[in-house]
Amino acid sequence: MPFRETAMRDDKKTRIIFGLGSVLAALALTTAIVAATGNNPLQAYGNIIQGAIGSPNVAANVLVSWVPLALATAGLLFTFTGGLWNIGIEGQITLGAIFCTWAMRSLQDTALSPGIIIAFAIAAGMLGGIFWALLAGALKTFGGVNEIFGGLGLNFVATALNLWLIFGPWKRPGVASMSGTLPFEPELWMPTVSAQSRLALIPLALAVLALVIAFILLRGSHFGLRLKAVGKNPKAAYLLGIPTWQHMLLSFALCGAFAGLAGAVQVSAVYHRLIPSISSGYGYTGLMVAMLVNFSPVFAGPVALFFAALSVGSIQLPIVLKLDSSLAGVIQGFLVLFVLIGNGLRLKLLGRKRGSI
Amino acid sequence: MTIELRNISKHFGALKANDSISLAIPPGCIQGILGENGAGKSTLMKIFSGFLRPDSGEIVFDGKPLTIHSPDDAIRLGIGMLHQDPLDFPPFRVIDDFILGSPGGLVPDRRKALADFNSLSARFGFSLSPEARVASLTVGERQQLEILRLLWLGAKVLILDEPTTGISQTQKEKLFATLKALADQGMTVFFVSHKLEDVEALCSRAAVLRQGVLVGSMEKPFDMAALVRMMFGKEVELAAKSSMAPGKKVLTVKTGSVGSIRLRIKDVNLQVRAGEVIGIAGMEGSGQDLFLRACGGLVEPAGGQFCLDESETPMNGKTYHEYMRQGVAYLPAARLEKGLVPGLSLAEHFTLSVKPKGVFIDKKAAAALSEERIAAFNIKGWPDSPVESLSGGNQQRALLSLLPEKAALILVEHPTRGLDIESTIYIWGKLKERCAAGTAILFMSSDLDEILRYSDKVLVFFAGRVTPLIASESLNVQKLGELIGGVGWDAFQGNSNA
Repeated sequence: MPFRETAMRDDKKTRIIFGLGSVLAALALTTAIVAATGNNPLQAYGNIIQGAIGSPNVAANVLVSWVPLALATAGLLFTFTGGLWNIGIEGQITLGAIFCTWAMRSLQDTALSPGIIIAFAIAAGMLGGIFWALLAGALKTFGGVNEIFGGLGLNFVATALNLWLIFGPWKRPGVASMSGTLPFEPELWMPTVSAQSRLALIPLALAVLALVIAFILLRGSHFGLRLKAVGKNPKAAYLLGIPTWQHMLLSFALCGAFAGLAGAVQVSAVYHRLIPSISSGYGYTGLMVAMLVNFSPVFAGPVALFFAALSVGSIQLPIVLKLDSSLAGVIQGFLVLFVLIGNGLRLKLLGRKRGSI
Repeated sequence: MTIELRNISKHFGALKANDSISLAIPPGCIQGILGENGAGKSTLMKIFSGFLRPDSGEIVFDGKPLTIHSPDDAIRLGIGMLHQDPLDFPPFRVIDDFILGSPGGLVPDRRKALADFNSLSARFGFSLSPEARVASLTVGERQQLEILRLLWLGAKVLILDEPTTGISQTQKEKLFATLKALADQGMTVFFVSHKLEDVEALCSRAAVLRQGVLVGSMEKPFDMAALVRMMFGKEVELAAKSSMAPGKKVLTVKTGSVGSIRLRIKDVNLQVRAGEVIGIAGMEGSGQDLFLRACGGLVEPAGGQFCLDESETPMNGKTYHEYMRQGVAYLPAARLEKGLVPGLSLAEHFTLSVKPKGVFIDKKAAAALSEERIAAFNIKGWPDSPVESLSGGNQQRALLSLLPEKAALILVEHPTRGLDIESTIYIWGKLKERCAAGTAILFMSSDLDEILRYSDKVLVFFAGRVTPLIASESLNVQKLGELIGGVGWDAFQGNSNA
């Protein structure tokens, strides 16, 4: 037992070694795949980097796509801490976008100032996300429906609802279009840093704030600790006097609020209208980011930024090289897989339960 | 077959669980492996049965060294292990569970397996129905199923890890008879236990481990005092029962009834007063666990009235958290499954156990609280130790240390299941301290000695019937054992001690 300190340090060292090994393995496999298609991997990577930070414009685009990803990840940290797989986050983003659009449509012809309309619309988006998340949570806690299945089902419902609105009640005058509803008047667009840029500062600040809130609540608050206990062992948490299902629902609501905010940002700051694929898979990518950082609020932001850079950077790939832009997804997927495998291997090599017999 | 363990060593991090252990066992022998919790018994047996690999050392059969990499290797070499919690599949039918681990093609030969099962079962006088669900069996019957399965797979060496926790006296006698019969047929049996009386009743030899080291071995007849000294390195004395005058009512049950149609316990009348210890005895599955949980609001009573304090208003339908607010606390037997949160540290548990002040955790206060609780309950661990890294005895101490300071009634499932004598004494010492301060304790246990030693009054469950409270002075192990088995109930004209 006096050697405990060394045992801990060893553990940290192996952690870093395994982490690096996993990243290298993911890169190696991606490189092999690119090479197998007859392309030069270095050129492909160079292109991705160019596409992500080559000009202020593309770097701004990375931030634009970081915002919803960071928001989704911040929300998912709560549900993961509560031991919940909130697959339904995609639907929650979509509902956020729908509620936001609805608020904008209802208020745009009133005398309210644009700033207030946008604020209302953002709040409505968050409510929409909360509503959809609480549905999944209620199905889980009162209906006994696993949140994965409930969430998946609600995602389909959200998509269908979205399409129906775009092609039905909210269709463009004349003919409905896959390009979405009629854009809002430019004064209802969230202000961007410059006329050409798509980057708006308010959403950026909101995303940073979301990560900070997640960090503070999960690392230092009684709520975070209780949620962690509920996530790891609901039975014991209940016997310790913690209201378990209430904490689960609360984590769903928090995640839904952030997801709804992401959807609202996409509508009010990026697309200025409701489009069919408004969630753009940010929810699923958020799940990957959360898993990759092992649900730590500290690393969620930077890793989300890296994932956003990969996605934005690879947009150029099909034009410059004969590679599909899904290469970014391949790298992201491999990263998550290899890090999870590396974690499993490390725990196995350490004898899983160190020091317990 | 002569079995030799040569210089087996295994460490976990800095902890030496087994330190160069050597042991030779002649054929046809029941070898007891004694030691307190954390002595390294389970590690040694897990190495022997392929669940763990030793850092060094070898296992030798009749002079031939073996390589065992997995439980599968072990059973092929004839080594079968019966775990403390039988490794079976509760939703399966008995016969499917029996077949599951067997080698052989895609389609198991069910008919042959069934015939083998029946003949093996008959040989030992077991009455297991092959079509019953494993979940419907008692722990004792599940052990029987595992023994049959391992024998069928060709086990010549049988390892049993703490098999007598959680089974009744009669089941224990049957188990011992079976093991003796197997040993007479030339099988080698390893019997891992911390219960001296079991080892004395069953084993022909005993080896004692302490802190990972083999400290001694002995052949029958055993010198019990010497064995205790080897186990603990010192003499251990049991605490005496301290009686105090019972105080005000803390729990009153009037014509209480719990359970479903399958097992309905009716007309339980019970009054628990401050400072009293009441033990609940009964064969596993006689409904005592349901009753205990109903007393804490963890299951809904089927009828009757469950009242707390001197109040006449029944608590029926209230949740456990409402009971908690009235000073009721519940200690589950499954420590890591229901009592503690694996992955959280001791300090985090202590923080969870007290009423939160403000939104944020006061790290300094939390650290001070941990230091204080760890010292007060003599827990071997650090504030940042994850609870799953603690030994069973220390987990139980941790669980006790999480109880609210002012509890009117503590409900305990198997307070010392799987714990060694020293931890048992400690745990009961702490519980008795609570009683002296006016807390009442209602506990269930399958250990008759524990019930007789620590309770003031005893409640016996049998097949849906419940005795009135019996003063424990008027009982002994034999009489209590009979009541549990359904003998001697004529004396009670129903339960009428309201």
